[in-house]
Amino acid sequence: MRVPVSWLREYVDLPADVTARDLAAKLIAAGLEVETVDEVGADITGPIVIGRVTAIEELTGFKKPIRYCRVDVGAANDSGDPQYIVCGARNFTEGDLVVTALPGAQLPGGFAISARTTYGKVSEGMICSAAELNLWDDHTGIIVLPEGFAEPGADAYGLLGLREDVLDIAVTPDRGYALSMRGVAREAAAVYGAAFRDPADVPTASQASGGGYPASVADPAICSRYVLRTVTGFDPEAATPLWMKRRLALTGVRSISLAVDVTNYVMMELGQPLHAWDRARLRGPIEVRLARKDEQLETLDHVKRTLNPDDILITDESGPINIAGVMGGLATEISATSTDVVIEAAHFTDTHIARASRRHQLSSESSRRFERGVDSALQLAAATRAVRLLAELGGAEVDPGYTDIGHGVAREPIPMAADHPGRVAGVDYPRDRVVARLREVGCTVVDDEAADSLLVTPPSWRPDLTDRNDLAEEVIRYEGYENIPAIAPRAPAGRGLTDGQRLRRTVGRSLAGAGFVEVLSYPFLGRRDFDKLQLAADDGRRSALKLVNPLNDDEPLLRTTLLPGLLKTLVRNVGRGFGDVALFEMGLVYLPGADAPEKAPILRVDRGPAPEELASVEAAIPHQPRRVGAVLAGDREPAGWWGPGRAAVWADAIEAAREVGRAAGVEMTVKADQRAPWHPGRCAALYVSVGGVTRLVGHAGELHPRVVQEYGLPARTVAMEVELDAIEAARTTARAPEISAYPVATQDVALVIDASIPVSEVEEALRAGAGPLLESVRLFDVYTGEQVGEGRRSLAYSLRFRAPDRTLKAEEIATARDAAVAAAGERTGAVLRG
Amino acid sequence: MSASNNSYDPVEVTSLHPDEVARMRDEALAAIAGAASLADLKEVRLAHAGDRSPLALANREIGALQPTARADAGKRVGGARREVSEALKARQAVLEEERDSRVLVEEAVDVTLPWDRAPRGARHPLTTVAERMADIFVGMGFEVAEGPEVEAEWFNFDALNFLPDHPARTMQDTFFVESRTGGESGLVLRTHTSPVQIRALLGRELPVYVVAPGKTFRTDELDATHSPVFHQLEGLVVDEGITLAHLRGAIDAFVEGMFGSGLRTRFRPSYFPFTEPSAEVDMECFVCRGASVGDPDRPCRTCSSEGWIELGGCGVVNPRVLTAAGVDTGRYSGWAFGLGVERTLMFAHGVQDMHDMVEGDVRFTSAFGMEI
Ligand SMILES: [Zn+2]
Repeated sequence: MRVPVSWLREYVDLPADVTARDLAAKLIAAGLEVETVDEVGADITGPIVIGRVTAIEELTGFKKPIRYCRVDVGAANDSGDPQYIVCGARNFTEGDLVVTALPGAQLPGGFAISARTTYGKVSEGMICSAAELNLWDDHTGIIVLPEGFAEPGADAYGLLGLREDVLDIAVTPDRGYALSMRGVAREAAAVYGAAFRDPADVPTASQASGGGYPASVADPAICSRYVLRTVTGFDPEAATPLWMKRRLALTGVRSISLAVDVTNYVMMELGQPLHAWDRARLRGPIEVRLARKDEQLETLDHVKRTLNPDDILITDESGPINIAGVMGGLATEISATSTDVVIEAAHFTDTHIARASRRHQLSSESSRRFERGVDSALQLAAATRAVRLLAELGGAEVDPGYTDIGHGVAREPIPMAADHPGRVAGVDYPRDRVVARLREVGCTVVDDEAADSLLVTPPSWRPDLTDRNDLAEEVIRYEGYENIPAIAPRAPAGRGLTDGQRLRRTVGRSLAGAGFVEVLSYPFLGRRDFDKLQLAADDGRRSALKLVNPLNDDEPLLRTTLLPGLLKTLVRNVGRGFGDVALFEMGLVYLPGADAPEKAPILRVDRGPAPEELASVEAAIPHQPRRVGAVLAGDREPAGWWGPGRAAVWADAIEAAREVGRAAGVEMTVKADQRAPWHPGRCAALYVSVGGVTRLVGHAGELHPRVVQEYGLPARTVAMEVELDAIEAARTTARAPEISAYPVATQDVALVIDASIPVSEVEEALRAGAGPLLESVRLFDVYTGEQVGEGRRSLAYSLRFRAPDRTLKAEEIATARDAAVAAAGERTGAVLRG
Repeated sequence: MSASNNSYDPVEVTSLHPDEVARMRDEALAAIAGAASLADLKEVRLAHAGDRSPLALANREIGALQPTARADAGKRVGGARREVSEALKARQAVLEEERDSRVLVEEAVDVTLPWDRAPRGARHPLTTVAERMADIFVGMGFEVAEGPEVEAEWFNFDALNFLPDHPARTMQDTFFVESRTGGESGLVLRTHTSPVQIRALLGRELPVYVVAPGKTFRTDELDATHSPVFHQLEGLVVDEGITLAHLRGAIDAFVEGMFGSGLRTRFRPSYFPFTEPSAEVDMECFVCRGASVGDPDRPCRTCSSEGWIELGGCGVVNPRVLTAAGVDTGRYSGWAFGLGVERTLMFAHGVQDMHDMVEGDVRFTSAFGMEI
């Protein structure tokens, strides 16, 4: 809502020295979101005066006709002589009053006026159009002022309102009343303690309703009040007065015709949306009703719309003529020949208007007000104000008869303990202050001291006030939010972070410590990503949730894997010159349940949900496990003066996954696997043990060359993705080991084995064979070559033995070592290298 | 070793003869003086002062002497050994000195050589700043609550008093999720962390003191100040006798913990369906502390010379919300707030553009390290 301050001052006696900025600050403190104070015309300076064109010389021989005008500007130019001004407009004649910018003036956009030679003449200024002065949008020519508007030479600033401070207020959904000068003025009056003159206080009618345009309302539940007033003999040629055009322009409304301008003006003034019909185009009585199936209406924007049985319609014998409160029909639009006008002022039910506005994607000034709630007692006053303006400005005759159906919305009193606002705020408000504040809002307050409670009936323009907390807010905001003290909250002893929350932090720190940089990528994917990842047609990861309204039509899906986001971020970094990248991300993936219900139910809100109700909602919510993913490309360790670097390889990806496991204190086991998007020969499946059951938690390794190509990744990019929730589930309480101080005995063994046997199996066998004296096993060399034979390799292990209670004897050590080798031989076919 | 039942003629123990002791001593001192390096000296020490050195061996013979001669011989040998030991110590000092002044200089390296062999990682500043924000409240006794990102509309809207046809419901530009058959699923990407309020109230015993950091989603195109994916920190307290004053106290504690002490805060009335009364909360600009307001010569980029920085929204939990979560509104009341994590990071660390926070450029994230 744009609020010109001079207009506001008509209804509230603000102190003269209050600036627009002061007013804005006060209104903000009271709860109106004044976003900006627009100083309209602040960029206009210098002499701009009223002039009278006393002679016009038509200049010819140019591309367009040009006029050389003699303009009387009174004493404004000091000399008193007429100014000679070249002008390209033609919408004026000798004797017209115009607006003249004299040399020295500056117009919007830094346009400086000076005497200059043009079209062979010296032009001593400019005759201005409304657009050139930022008055309103009109490019049809210069402004011709009505005779008697002012004397030549008079200063134009005040006369035309060239400068005006306008408050731009973002009206929150609860404050529909603030979408009017009336509502903002009432607030201003309350915060300044100033007198308020209600512009809705218009003498409405000298007689009871009746004799107006025939109308009926099918159901008061859709329209609580319906008023029609009519005028005859309206002059369709009558121009909108300058002051009205100016005010509409300042509030952001384009001037169309006097009849339409009047409806908009009254809407801005009072907040009541109005509709004007050409009476000659209406066919028989009006009925307000819900739409019937398949009814259609072509609206003012030339769109033919199929109506919904939930739309409130205004109809006549021809069928629908308006979508009530949203937009009028084209056929009954007021036109340049309309002389008899019907003005409608109604109170339509907010939820119907809100739904209709959304359904038809039509947000109008009218629908915005209706869906936020319009004063249900305002209709007759607003319609009367409009027809009077039509009479006054357009020469019309107001019909004494009028139609007035319904009683508006009755308000029930809300009981509230007098100290309730104080208990909400934590401030002791005296009882009489509470009552006074509520009355300022417009409430009727009955103070029942015996019951220690107030009975508060909110005014008709505040449909948002329904609960005692709403009333508390009114008291608190007028008493000043700034006066609420700060008292530290007194929470009971908390338990700190959960294990899972701490684990996430540890994982993040571990990976960052290992050289990975965290990214937070968007969770949006497209089918194309699954193709690029080389996922098979039946791969479960293709089953992703889809957004109804994605930002990007190519990415309507929610991620089922973290990898695409990581890979795209990797490519971006490589593109920016960072070829050696290690990235990680921790976040949710969204996995639709195969047997989830079709729709999450909407539960009632007038009580807490029953367990089975809650379960029915939870069952519809997809599984959203937390994953950790990492990608690496280029060098894992850079080359330097110390020597060559080391390229990131498949093992770095597995190590990153193990790092996550270590952060959780969980041992991961690795097995070869084949799974997209990884290289089929360089892909590891990662397992943990949850309560003795082995559980797959993710994969790691080098990416498939096709994936590398599809995403434009550096060659041999590696990646891992593991499920953190599963790793967390595998956590066990760490037990303190027994530390033996007896000497260690180290035995190295080299085993020759078929190259296809995974080393993990060999190690497992060695451990099993060596028995309890084994402290650790470490593979320190792998050798392939002629000496061990084709298809075989030699694995060199270092075995460390130690006993908890004694120094081991040589023969004990040898026995344990031999048993380890024997087990390896038995299980994997390994033979001791000679 | 000597045994008591063996007797030796003391004169036959030539190694204890004064001349012989002097000779052994002189030989040792000469060798010490001739040792050119610490390594040489080590060998000399072994040869002339070790267990098997001539003087040590001679010392063992003392026991074989007649008691009357023992003291004399002991003094003689002991004196010689002491002299050798002192000479060794002195020579050791000289040689060490020499090593320090020569060898260590020769071994000098350029310590300014880079050693960036281990790649450096970092956590995303949005992660760490959200942790820090949450920790301020954890320090006050709050716990950290959580909820899903794909959320039921009932949790995201209805239970929070966003009525089906209320304009507030359309104010938050919501991503809707399709059902399996392409219809309405009743699921959305949560538009705020507020559904966690309902989850906390349904899942915890009262009183509840929680914060909920997390990802939120709205259909805003990415630009300098908007992102379709962003982060909030929700706060919720439901207890007996809770007032707006406690909310102010909590916000003040947050501002002090995050931005430093002495900064004023300001509540402005506002509207949220799930709080009533509602407020927007601002803090005094911690850069200019208001000095830039109306002073075009000292513009402040942090607050756009407004003097105040918007932190988020808050208010008294609407009793309708408590009712929907099954809380007895006769006994309990509460407050809630929602703070922007991106905004906090932008203000506290001078981030200028939302793009930097979402693009994943390693230069941006690396600048913030492990903690913030
Ligand atoms: Zn500042």
